[in-house]
Amino acid sequence: MSSLMIGVDVGGTFTDIFVLNEAAGTARVAKVPTTRPDQSAGFLDGIKQEVSDFSQISVVVHGTTAGTNALLERKGAKTGVICTQGLRDVLEMRRRDRPRTWGLRGNFEPVVDRRNRLEVPERTLADGTVRTPVDLEAVRSAAQVLQTNGCESVAILFANSYANTANEEAAVALLREIWHNQHVSASSEILPEIREFERFSTTALNAYLQPEVSGYFARLENALKADGFEGEFMIVQSNGGVMAVDTACRLPVRTALSGPAAGVIAAAYIAQSAGFENVITGDMGGTSFDVSLISQGRSMLSPQTSIDFGMVVRNPMIEITTIGAGGGSIAWVDKGGLLNIGPQSAGSNPGPVAYGLGNTRPTVTDANVFLGRIDPDNPIGGELERLDIEAAGRAIDEHVGNPLGLTTVDAAEAILKVANSRMAGAIRLVSIERGFDPKNFAFMPFGGGGALHAGAMLAEVGIARAIVPRYPGVTSAMGCVIADMRQDFVQTINSSVDMLDEAALAAFMCAHIDQGLALLDAARTNFEARDLSFELDMAYVGQTHTVSVPLTVKTDGSTVTAVTRAEIETAFDATYKATYGRLLQNGVRRILNLRSAVTGKRPKFDLSTLAPPEGGRAEKVGMRKVHFGDTWYDTAIYDRLALPSGTKIVGPAILTQPDTTVLIEPHLQGRVDRFGNTIIEPQEE
Amino acid sequence: MSEIDPITLSVLAGRMEQIADEMDATLFRAAFNPIIAEAHDASHGLYHAVSGDTLVQGKSGLPIFVGVMSFAVKAVIEKAAKDGDLQDGDIYIFNDAHIGGTHLSDMRLVRPYYHAGKLFCYLASVGHWHDVGGAVPGNYNPAATDVFQEAINLPPVKFARAGKVNQDIIDILMRNTRLPQSAMGDLNGQLGALDLGVKRMDELLDEYGGETITAALEALGHRAEALMRSELTELPDGRWEAEDYLDNDGINDEPLKIKIALEIKNDTMLLDFTGSAPQCAGPVNIALPTAVATAYVAIKHIFPTLPANAGVMRPIEVVVPEDSLLAAKFPAPTGGYTETILRMIDVVFSAFSQAAPERVVANAYGTINALSIAGKRKNGQPWVMFSFYGGGHGGSIETDGLNHGNAPISTATIPPMEILEAAYPVMFRTWALRPDSAGAGAHRGGLGAIYEIEVLEENGAEAFLFGERGSFAPKGIAGGGDAALNVFQYEQDDGWHSPPLTSKMRGINLKAGQAVRLQTPGGGGYGKADERSHAAIARDVARGLVGDVEADAVYGTNWREGTA
Repeated sequence: MSSLMIGVDVGGTFTDIFVLNEAAGTARVAKVPTTRPDQSAGFLDGIKQEVSDFSQISVVVHGTTAGTNALLERKGAKTGVICTQGLRDVLEMRRRDRPRTWGLRGNFEPVVDRRNRLEVPERTLADGTVRTPVDLEAVRSAAQVLQTNGCESVAILFANSYANTANEEAAVALLREIWHNQHVSASSEILPEIREFERFSTTALNAYLQPEVSGYFARLENALKADGFEGEFMIVQSNGGVMAVDTACRLPVRTALSGPAAGVIAAAYIAQSAGFENVITGDMGGTSFDVSLISQGRSMLSPQTSIDFGMVVRNPMIEITTIGAGGGSIAWVDKGGLLNIGPQSAGSNPGPVAYGLGNTRPTVTDANVFLGRIDPDNPIGGELERLDIEAAGRAIDEHVGNPLGLTTVDAAEAILKVANSRMAGAIRLVSIERGFDPKNFAFMPFGGGGALHAGAMLAEVGIARAIVPRYPGVTSAMGCVIADMRQDFVQTINSSVDMLDEAALAAFMCAHIDQGLALLDAARTNFEARDLSFELDMAYVGQTHTVSVPLTVKTDGSTVTAVTRAEIETAFDATYKATYGRLLQNGVRRILNLRSAVTGKRPKFDLSTLAPPEGGRAEKVGMRKVHFGDTWYDTAIYDRLALPSGTKIVGPAILTQPDTTVLIEPHLQGRVDRFGNTIIEPQEE
Repeated sequence: MSEIDPITLSVLAGRMEQIADEMDATLFRAAFNPIIAEAHDASHGLYHAVSGDTLVQGKSGLPIFVGVMSFAVKAVIEKAAKDGDLQDGDIYIFNDAHIGGTHLSDMRLVRPYYHAGKLFCYLASVGHWHDVGGAVPGNYNPAATDVFQEAINLPPVKFARAGKVNQDIIDILMRNTRLPQSAMGDLNGQLGALDLGVKRMDELLDEYGGETITAALEALGHRAEALMRSELTELPDGRWEAEDYLDNDGINDEPLKIKIALEIKNDTMLLDFTGSAPQCAGPVNIALPTAVATAYVAIKHIFPTLPANAGVMRPIEVVVPEDSLLAAKFPAPTGGYTETILRMIDVVFSAFSQAAPERVVANAYGTINALSIAGKRKNGQPWVMFSFYGGGHGGSIETDGLNHGNAPISTATIPPMEILEAAYPVMFRTWALRPDSAGAGAHRGGLGAIYEIEVLEENGAEAFLFGERGSFAPKGIAGGGDAALNVFQYEQDDGWHSPPLTSKMRGINLKAGQAVRLQTPGGGGYGKADERSHAAIARDVARGLVGDVEADAVYGTNWREGTA
């Protein structure tokens, strides 16, 4: 019987594999180098390390940065655009912004060359009236020009198509007949929402990714099948839900934050299982620190993101705040004598000075190495023999210690202090600044470096405790196995509440449910439950920032009992009051968009599968001098994965495992819970 | 005063910046009016208790406020000294542009911050209100000849006394705006931002103590100064001049000169605007604080990594002649200050480019083009579509200029066309890049835009424009060419027309089906045209950004041998 569920997260440096054996109740993890340019080789190698018979696999779920990388590196397909007369430059004109506030430098090339942005006569007005029907002969000849120019994919971008899809539908129907492949994207299909730049950009980027990303997914699926895989292959979306691979091939733009989103999903589940509903996650990589907040077990969603300047993707995605303070971030003293961390980074190659691969400027990791916090003899990843402490110290002296008149140790502590303070700033941003009190949250570090800084986050931000998952280095891969299947839909309504056509709103909801459930039905995965949720983006007339108003909607299968205007008013007032504290007298309430989500809840695996084996040892495996504050401490080293549940380790201590170092500072203690997580908290008096 | 260690200083610099940023964010979220909520025309910061100098300012506020806010605080310090009863919980409010800079739409709230019973610093909030009375809704009156035709004028007055708000002032303000609901929302948002600032400062001072923070603030000023001096030392010594013109003041059709002499000597710099035109009749005058703040904005663009701290200005002397339009006297109108300060930034860049061309970009499009189209719907309901339009940025040593960017004094984005079409009875026939609008050069400027807007409303509409660069084009630097002029046209029964004052016009009557067309300038070019690669020229032509005949004219015909 096939009972293996596999999560695969392909990152910049490593490909992480998480294998869950549902029948046996066991889980295994593997980490292999990411292969380039074709990531599928590493992907398959990683699975093969753990699984010999692919027919045993029921499902493979993939968190991928293939889409993000193709956008950042501008490696998508040659794409054509067919658009409304007079609007060929919307993609290039953006929303009239600039890359940086100060300096006025830099410019922007859209992913579609102006030569491949062709206009056709057609026009729909804002109220949905078709002023000029689409000229299909013009569409046909535009398509021929684009094909002659070598375009692999095409996007149809018509003004106000959110209000009436007729012109776009006619054009797309023709294009799907005559275009030489299936890569045809229409803006009203991808995002039927008002705001032409955001809709056009999302649609054009989708078209740009389609050939490349769907080709990658097809290669993976074929390779899996060639090795005997008969299960289902799914992809994680930016919203933290999974989708079937054929949906992903149609909507690759929805994978923009696939990998990081999976990590947050896993963090939420691990924390919830361990009894923490409110968590702030911190993923520390080589170049950045990514923070996300989970309140009452739910992660925050943001409506859009910019992959790079001018490359806007509008789709619900897990909100992740990034600052440029990772292990590879470079410490430097500016001309005014102030110590700074980043944004320049040595990344993972050449990496910190201690790697000995050519970088000579000190990084956050070099400070950790010099202070004894990282074991120089067993570098993470296993590719390097030994870390060069002396070189790290020299770089710290030259670039930080000497200019500031500090000893090497003090300079290294200073680097950590400034880095920690920047990381703490990011945590304040997602918590205090959004009205959440960090005291009510646990901090969950993951990624390779986060657990070295957990204690500092407790001290700086006033978080009560940190929870380090048992396998912090493979959290995203684990999240792939946990994530639910979810589809988001949007439809612009643009009506004041008193003018709302209740039946039309209900009809949009029905259509969303039909499409969403059809996708769930087509999946071969079992769902424990199916969830529908509906929100309206609403504001008072004249206001530009909307609030998301959740609606309670009675449904039976795919039939919907229409929500009344009165119910909508009540729901808006409640949300508005909760957000701004007071209502506006005589304000006219307006509905901008309907947002629907259809979720298939996948069965959750029991995290005690990961629990420490019976009979582990809570004995130290070594001692090392580690610097905290202003003193060197003789610090005990433990093999983290061998520690049995219930173990309590009093700081200072270091817990090691192949891909992570957990630091327990003096005055803190670490407790191993029944799932193998380490809870770091102040020592009991 | 105690010395502060550099590490604590690094930490505190970040913490205090975050406080100002958070005050910005609080107002952006709460504000009712899109000029603040979407265009971020607002700013917050911490200011010195005695001098009023900028200590820390939020990163997301409008760039021009970074320099101008300290003048508002200085004005309040003077007024408070006169009142003689400053206490914890007081808040001053005012919008007088001759005292606080910019224009009357910007409402300033200044609050002394006390710690342990002692005045520690000032917190301030400024935001652009949607309407503050005057002859024209939205206060952009191109024909104003004094401030009384522009808006209500409020000098610094005590809005709250020991925490108790003076309702009379609210009543006066609300009676003097066409949009009281919006104004009240913005006022509440600004008060909320100040409250938040107080709360965060309390937390910070409790954690670190007043003395450490004072030392940190002092040290940050020194650091900002040291950074500026070190930048200036790297530059050659010398004196460079530049001049440019405003088209007219909206009343008299005469160009107005803006002139600068820029001098660098060791670690100091002089910006001398002597020779600029005298005070004029129309609203392109600016008050002295605005002029000084503008010098600061130009400097921040040239040295983008410098902190928003008054220390930056210590090595810099700004000379603004007494009788010029850059130091206009009350009650001269200042509503169109944006156009004048954009031209000041242009001449600073042009002069600086002679000293170190690699440090600056060529002139940007240089006008905000405030276009408003207004009318009444069939049911009698009035509507006003008011927006600013974009143009090209200048080329730099690194790249061609940005196409369709926002003005250097602002970070505002443009509303989506579909949002405008949904809200107002108009249709954009064109929303596109404007070919041949950029200055030529080794790196050409970015392109301006063409917006053609048709009125759909049966009752017709009326149009107003406040723009510039209709007669004097944005300039190139380091041998680069000038960009195209701003061109505004409107449709009548007998065809297309242009206004007599080029880019300033009010009361144009449009029928349903008639349109206005705005063609904005691109940016100036960087470096000589004959240094541009043939491939780049051929690509521009193939993309339709530059016409082939036009390319021959500025670049010669050799590019035709290259490949696109």
